[in-house]
Amino acid sequence: MRLSYTKALNRALTDALAEDPAVCVFGEDIGAGMAGPTLNLLDRFGPGRIVDTPLSEQAFTSMAIGAALTGRRPVIEFQIPSLLFLVFEQLVNQAHKFSLMTGGQTGVPLTCLVPGSGSRDGWAGQHSDHPYSLFAHAGMKTVVPATPTDAYGLLRSAIADPDPVIVFAPAAALPVRETVTWELAPIPLGCARIHREGTDVTVVAVGHLVHDALAVAEELAPEISVEVFDPRTLHPFDWPALAASLERTGRLVVIDDSNRSCGIGAEVLATAAEEMRLVAPPRRITRPDGTVLPFAPQLDRALQPHRDQLRRALRAVMK
Amino acid sequence: MTSPADSAGLGSPAGRYRMLRLIRGFEELALDLVRSGAITGGIHPYIGQEAVAVGVCAALRPQDRITSTHRGHGHVLAKGAAPDRLLAELLGRTSGLNQGRGGSMHAADFSLGILGANGIVGAGGPIAVGAAWSARQAGEDRVAVAFFGDGALNQGVLLESFNLAAMWQLPVLFVCENNGYATTLPAATAVAGSATGRAAAFGIPAAEVDGMDTEAVRSAATEAVTRARGGGGPGFLECRTYRFEGHHTMERLMKLHYRTAEEIADWREHDPLPRAAALLPDGLAAKLDASVREQLAAAEQFALGSEHPDPERALDHLYADGLRPRAGSTA
Repeated sequence: MRLSYTKALNRALTDALAEDPAVCVFGEDIGAGMAGPTLNLLDRFGPGRIVDTPLSEQAFTSMAIGAALTGRRPVIEFQIPSLLFLVFEQLVNQAHKFSLMTGGQTGVPLTCLVPGSGSRDGWAGQHSDHPYSLFAHAGMKTVVPATPTDAYGLLRSAIADPDPVIVFAPAAALPVRETVTWELAPIPLGCARIHREGTDVTVVAVGHLVHDALAVAEELAPEISVEVFDPRTLHPFDWPALAASLERTGRLVVIDDSNRSCGIGAEVLATAAEEMRLVAPPRRITRPDGTVLPFAPQLDRALQPHRDQLRRALRAVMK
Repeated sequence: MTSPADSAGLGSPAGRYRMLRLIRGFEELALDLVRSGAITGGIHPYIGQEAVAVGVCAALRPQDRITSTHRGHGHVLAKGAAPDRLLAELLGRTSGLNQGRGGSMHAADFSLGILGANGIVGAGGPIAVGAAWSARQAGEDRVAVAFFGDGALNQGVLLESFNLAAMWQLPVLFVCENNGYATTLPAATAVAGSATGRAAAFGIPAAEVDGMDTEAVRSAATEAVTRARGGGGPGFLECRTYRFEGHHTMERLMKLHYRTAEEIADWREHDPLPRAAALLPDGLAAKLDASVREQLAAAEQFALGSEHPDPERALDHLYADGLRPRAGSTA
């Protein structure tokens, strides 16, 4: 079976809705399936469970939280990553905090799906953010799948989880297709995946950048043996798996589509420096500090992590 | 020992008077405990507004749900929470409603449909809308009530939630406790148009009611709740009320002058307790007062005698699945 990333998200939603009557979906234009993952769900599951919402992100996010507090298992689709800034209060200050503040009386089984996070080429400053590090920092379970199989499996686990989970589906990963010969199944949160084994350098690559890392690793194979490490879940991060990888390689490069300061790349470097085996100073490739992506395609690309930077970083850590 | 839930008692004038007195007495006790330093962080006392919580909750069934505010003790008690466990929560003890993890501003009892007081003004509105939506999805005839103050009328998310509730005809009652001030800002200088006008603009039946009169609140709430339960969609009540104390307990130290002593004295003339007592046979109010005093004395003993939480367990419940986050230091 040939499986696209978006189709994998669609399959995950369909299977979750079919399996558990408490699952429901809220979002803008989801009845029409405009973003892709919700295509045909309205026909199959009806308007009682596939709820097209007015453009009131804050209210429908909190409404989904209220539903999650009272027995439902809602998924919210956010059409644009920057909408997350509108609902930071609802997600971080309400959904994330309820379990602790109530002394464990309740969980908030809410899933936020962001199909098309990061730059989509030409959508400019307010449609091109990739704020996964913000949510990981705030403590929300944060997932960034790189492949269709992982997108399916991680979204299924996110929906089944008793806590709020945010799933970023990077725009640059949406064109990825896989020939799937295996049964699609849930993949536990918090488990990294090593896409390619190597002995010289561990590259921690987030989301769509996994594919860039794999391409560069192949290209440099004659000179450097690169291990490509995909955390898949940024919070909770699979630190034991990273430690094991660095035991093998002792060198670390992170490629991360966050802004540089306080991004997940910074956290990976800090943790590795404090706790893990490193034989050379680590490097990270990120967006610049405080990035606003400019509109013109050359400028948009200039501020995102790219393969040249990765090549240079890999050669630098080998010196 | 935990005392039994009290909400069933709101069916009679005597029960409602007793709850008014319980809330008043609870808040007076809590104020003493703030002054003595036993309660840290302060509280937002509900004294003066008791008729709203009691009148509205008297219109509810046990399975109905509420969302509350930073000034939430009255709502939580009137919906049936045990006063001793609420007091223990204010004191940060493990026997508290939230095991000492929430305190005054987050007190909740999900077993009684109390989805929590909330520290963000207006935040409970859309959560109640979600609870109402859930109930309808589940085929249950539960109603949800969102309590909020006049300050919340200027939160966009609340107005958005009016729209959702009205569009989808959800069984939710919006209760605006207009106590005249958003902290120190007079509602008259903050709310354009009117509170009821805002709800009415969304097609939500809206009524203004004397929020110092328990029976008037109960009557208006009963009408709205009955309509909502029967599928008639949301309702809105503006309860005109007043807080006799400051916005929060810090205010006592601050010598603020945003309202006059005369204004406070005038509103005290409308104190809901004597009005409710006047409906009772001679002598009954005094007996109920005595039983509340006993109950609160026992609650204080229970709460002050309860255990403090173990600092080793400060991260308990951060995640519902038991995930333990990394510690803040590895040294």
